[in-house]
Amino acid sequence: MATDIAEFIAPTDLSHALDILAQGRHTILAGGTDFYPARVGRPLTEPVIDITGIDGLRGINRVEGFHRIGTLTTWSDLITTELPPGFDGLKMAAGQIGGIQIQNVGTIGGNLCNASPAADGIPPLLALDASVELASPAGTRVVALEEFLTGYRSTSRQPGELLTAVLVPEEFDDATSSFWKLGSRAYLVISVAMVAATIVCDADGTIETARVAIGACSPVAKRLHALEADLAGRHGDAADAVTVEHLADLSPIDDIRAGVDERRNAALHLVRRTVASCLS
Amino acid sequence: MSRIEFTVNGAAVGVDGPHLRRLSDVLRLDLGMTGTKVGCDAGDCGACSVLLDDELVCACLVPLGRLAGKHVVTVEGLGDDDDLSRLQRSFLHHGAAQCGICTPGMVVAAEALLARVPHPGEKEVEDALGGVLCRCTGYRKIVDAVMGAPDFDLAGASPAPGKAIGQRVERVDGVPKVTGRDIFGDDQTPDDSLVLKVIRSPHHRATFQFGDLERFIVDHPGIEAVLTASDVPGRNRFGVIPATADQPVFAEHETRFRGEAVALVAGDKGSMEALDLESFPVAWTELAPITDPETAMADGVHLIHQSRERNVLVRGLVRRGDVDAAFANADTVVESEYATAFVEHAYIEPEAGSARRDGDRITIQVTTQTPHMDRTEVAAILDIDAGAVRIIPTAVGGGFGSKLDMSVQPFLAIAAWKLGKPVRITYTRPESMMSTTKRHPSRLRARIAARSNGELLAMEFFGTFDTGAYASWGPTVANRAPVHAGGPYVYEAYHAETMAVHTNSPPSGAFRGFGVPQSAVCQESLFDELADAVGIDRLQFRIRNSLTAGEPTVTGQVFESGVGFRECLEALQPGWERARAENAIYNATSPTTRRGVGVAGMWYGCGNTALPNPSTMKVGLHREGRIVLFQGAVDIGQGANTAMTQICADALGMDMASISLVGADTETTPDAGKTSASRQTFVSGNATFEASRRLRVQLLAMGDASDDAYLELSGNRLVIHDQGASTVLVLPDLAADQDGFVALTEATFDPPTTPLDEFGQGEPYAVFGFGAQMAELEIDLELGTVRLRRITAAHDVGKAVNPTLVEGQIEGGIAQGIGMALMEEYVPGRNENLHDYLIPTFGDVPEIVTILIESNDPIGPYGAKGIGEHTLIPTAPAILNAIRDAAGAPVRALPATPARVLDAIRRGLVS
Ligand SMILES: Cc1cc2nc3c(=O)[nH]c(=O)nc-3n(C[C@H](O)[C@H](O)[C@H](O)COP(=O)(O)OP(=O)(O)OC[C@H]3O[C@@H](n4cnc5c(N)ncnc54)[C@H](O)[C@@H]3O)c2cc1C
Ligand code: FES
Ligand code: FES
Repeated sequence: MATDIAEFIAPTDLSHALDILAQGRHTILAGGTDFYPARVGRPLTEPVIDITGIDGLRGINRVEGFHRIGTLTTWSDLITTELPPGFDGLKMAAGQIGGIQIQNVGTIGGNLCNASPAADGIPPLLALDASVELASPAGTRVVALEEFLTGYRSTSRQPGELLTAVLVPEEFDDATSSFWKLGSRAYLVISVAMVAATIVCDADGTIETARVAIGACSPVAKRLHALEADLAGRHGDAADAVTVEHLADLSPIDDIRAGVDERRNAALHLVRRTVASCLS
Repeated sequence: MSRIEFTVNGAAVGVDGPHLRRLSDVLRLDLGMTGTKVGCDAGDCGACSVLLDDELVCACLVPLGRLAGKHVVTVEGLGDDDDLSRLQRSFLHHGAAQCGICTPGMVVAAEALLARVPHPGEKEVEDALGGVLCRCTGYRKIVDAVMGAPDFDLAGASPAPGKAIGQRVERVDGVPKVTGRDIFGDDQTPDDSLVLKVIRSPHHRATFQFGDLERFIVDHPGIEAVLTASDVPGRNRFGVIPATADQPVFAEHETRFRGEAVALVAGDKGSMEALDLESFPVAWTELAPITDPETAMADGVHLIHQSRERNVLVRGLVRRGDVDAAFANADTVVESEYATAFVEHAYIEPEAGSARRDGDRITIQVTTQTPHMDRTEVAAILDIDAGAVRIIPTAVGGGFGSKLDMSVQPFLAIAAWKLGKPVRITYTRPESMMSTTKRHPSRLRARIAARSNGELLAMEFFGTFDTGAYASWGPTVANRAPVHAGGPYVYEAYHAETMAVHTNSPPSGAFRGFGVPQSAVCQESLFDELADAVGIDRLQFRIRNSLTAGEPTVTGQVFESGVGFRECLEALQPGWERARAENAIYNATSPTTRRGVGVAGMWYGCGNTALPNPSTMKVGLHREGRIVLFQGAVDIGQGANTAMTQICADALGMDMASISLVGADTETTPDAGKTSASRQTFVSGNATFEASRRLRVQLLAMGDASDDAYLELSGNRLVIHDQGASTVLVLPDLAADQDGFVALTEATFDPPTTPLDEFGQGEPYAVFGFGAQMAELEIDLELGTVRLRRITAAHDVGKAVNPTLVEGQIEGGIAQGIGMALMEEYVPGRNENLHDYLIPTFGDVPEIVTILIESNDPIGPYGAKGIGEHTLIPTAPAILNAIRDAAGAPVRALPATPARVLDAIRRGLVS
């Protein structure tokens, strides 16, 4: 029987990979930290394309007003790469994803494509106005992250498409940013709720623009646009402006990790704390 | 698929086979390197940690296909049995490895850290090792071991002959644990054994119909057999207590819990790896399950077992004094209800084993806490003589009670017996969680009365325990809890009633404390309310009412000595006063956090409740110049191998190095009984002591020496030093038995107990251990989160045979108590993995201060008592009391999740 087990292709070249993907048979394997846990006790028999050997998909560089984060960039890469302060929130999130074992192999692209409501990479990237780059034999398209994420574990990625990079505009380089997550233990915590914020202030500390995103309180992480508008023009005490009404759009669920009320309450306080820590 | 070439620990290897296979399986199954452990296959436990091109990764998440040209380093490459690294020596010295199943992952993660940071601080160690779970140690000793590793140059303690008791000697079985060479259930050398997988009910309750099983076998080349209830040669029923044994190996008509077995499939390794269990031909008809005891006892509800009226398995009762009068005379009465959850043992080693049939005999090597009981049960299932069954326990990667029940044993036995081929099985993590026993969820109601001067008067307690679908240890819990539910305090009158009730949940069984951790939550929480109500300091209230020697317990038992409870409480007093004072200052100014301190006491009777529970030990002098201790008390990480060696050495008046162990094996070691109920140090320790004493007497007689003599082995000579003179016996010259023993003695110890009468009066245990713990913590007033700051644990252990081992039990028990208090709740079907079922990690266990009280038990070996279960009991109530102290209102349902703590804060602010 062993003979018909799993085709495993590990291309080194992007266009080769895209051709294989175009056949529509292969599951994409990156760091495997979502892939394998979903298959405990089950046979590993599906055709897989391992993308980790493809040249040029890992690491962060600057391209035309953007920071281009290759899809294979791991959480450890993010933590150890020197980046402007606007990335502090993303780095804080990276440092709280699993243990070092997970951070060393888990990728940013895998986190976005897996699109779990509890994906910690998503709120910081939403708060940075990130977009994603998707490649297929037909070419490359760029989609705002907010549009890429379409629902509970679903994205607008087409079957033959590969996410190749995450693009973060340079305009937030000098912003302050932060990330807070609530979970039920110290390490290896899956978020009950998590919040990221990116705030740009003028010289005397007045908020020019604010981006706030919250995860695990709706099927897809959400930007809090009304709150962002209300924060503009405020000062160091802006956290006081956060009210329950700003969170009205959330639709937290009751699951094994927490109940609806606990999530609503956590959301309010985490948002306040995240905003406050950006301003302190 | 093409062969993948890479290196492991510097050696070139080439591996064929599907490229999607996990590196952990490749290492273990293809390369036979079993140092890398597998606890979950999902990245959650970190037991499989290895270095891949110098980076720490989980081997269970790395495909073989990615390894070409890479360098893998496993624990086997980081030190050898005769060439230990500093880190490994530091682990041994600090007692950082208990069962040892997490140790390889810890060692690899720590070496990765030390390569980056030569002298790491505490936080750096926690961050670096935070991805590896340990269920035994409570992590603190691991942190110490890693921090101490860079400069480690201590030699292990080697006590003088006859002076081993009380010494911090290293584990005698520790080296293979830190090098990854210990053999656990799944670590037996891979061979051509058939692999077994079990088909289980996906529903809490269902009937089922098999499809065409013959066809299924034909359609799946490589699958050899499907076995079901009709293939059970003997009794399709097992259980730990003969009178209530009720669990079928394979369900026959109806499955009574999610995860119950209905069939097993046997096939070759490759075919079984490729088999999708979803394709097995069985049709399920889901039935409405009973999910809680209240419903189970209601009118007209179906009976899970026909003979058990209202689904009640068993009731327990202890009654003493005139309860009604006492309540009538009371000045103050407090009353409340508590609930505790299903708790999963979550040892890192899933159940695993192998079996082989030789003619009309069968040998099973398995991870177990109770080889002799397994033997009896397997014999009944196979309908063969117990003498034809040999059980050899492997190293046990954590048990905590659940490996007292059979799991894989019946499947291994039936398959090896029927198919005549060697077989092996390893549970997946979800399978382990859904099918094995849990801690009983409970509903506890009590009222407690006192006089206005703070004198305790009476308690009335009703405990309902959800015992799940099968009996398991339900009767033990129902009988132990009423004896203990009052705690180690003096009552004028006492009434405690318990019930174990069936539901369609996994069987509840034994878990560190047999129901006492649950009842302690109720009683110790109410004590704080009572102390407050009568206006007495909470610790003083306990001290004043504590049980002391000479006073009767609630079963009327009187101990004339060895009751060190009050000393435990008093030992906490300085810390208690400091914490109260500090917290008052902190809380006066802190806007969003509040600190609290809580205390709780405990007692726990060592050994079975009012039932015989003997242990037999055998020890001999071999003509080759070794003392051989036939040590059948299974070491599940707690340290029985080491403690028995220490006792044996001192009883003989010899050096520990002279003693070698023959490990538990039903064929070679006498029955030492179960590793449960904190009985091994006390019961088996006494048997060891007595057997060793007898051997000493024989040896002294050979040299005509007095009892002051000390004995020394020098090559194949026994030298007896007595009053300045030495007698030398050349052992090969002496008569020996066929196994080469010049002298061989055996002794049995059965703790003196008496049966309980209809009101639960009598002497259920020969000894109780006592303790008290104090928890200091901080709560977040907005989020309801709890951060532990320190736990101080004072335990009366009689005599600490080995303080390092005792501390290990204390810290590990506390870690499990923290889990029970703050995060653990198993919900069948919802969190059958270590991703969603949360156990404490490195950052969740705070500093632990241990205070050992040695009351010198009159019966225990060298005055020692048991400690294994005791340590978990007061942790959860101490934490709950600290939460109440901080929040101003109690949490009455476990675990104390942020939602529940917030609710308490809201109630507390109102009042
Ligand atoms: C113990 C543990 C703890 C964890 N803790 C956290 C946590 O705290 N927070 C958190 O957010 N996550 C956590 N995770 C989840 C996981 O580590 C992250 O989501 C990770 O970033 C996924 O990346 P990966 O490269 O491992 O993805 P993979 O498992 O390789 O892939 C994930 C999914 O994305 C698809 N995919 C991957 N790359 C691409 C691509 N370039 N284009 C298209 N599709 C792609 C795959 O087909 C798959 O469906 C944890 C996981 C484990 C095992
Ligand atoms: S087995 Fe790999 S993390 Fe548990
Ligand atoms: S010693 Fe860590 S799990 Fe047993």
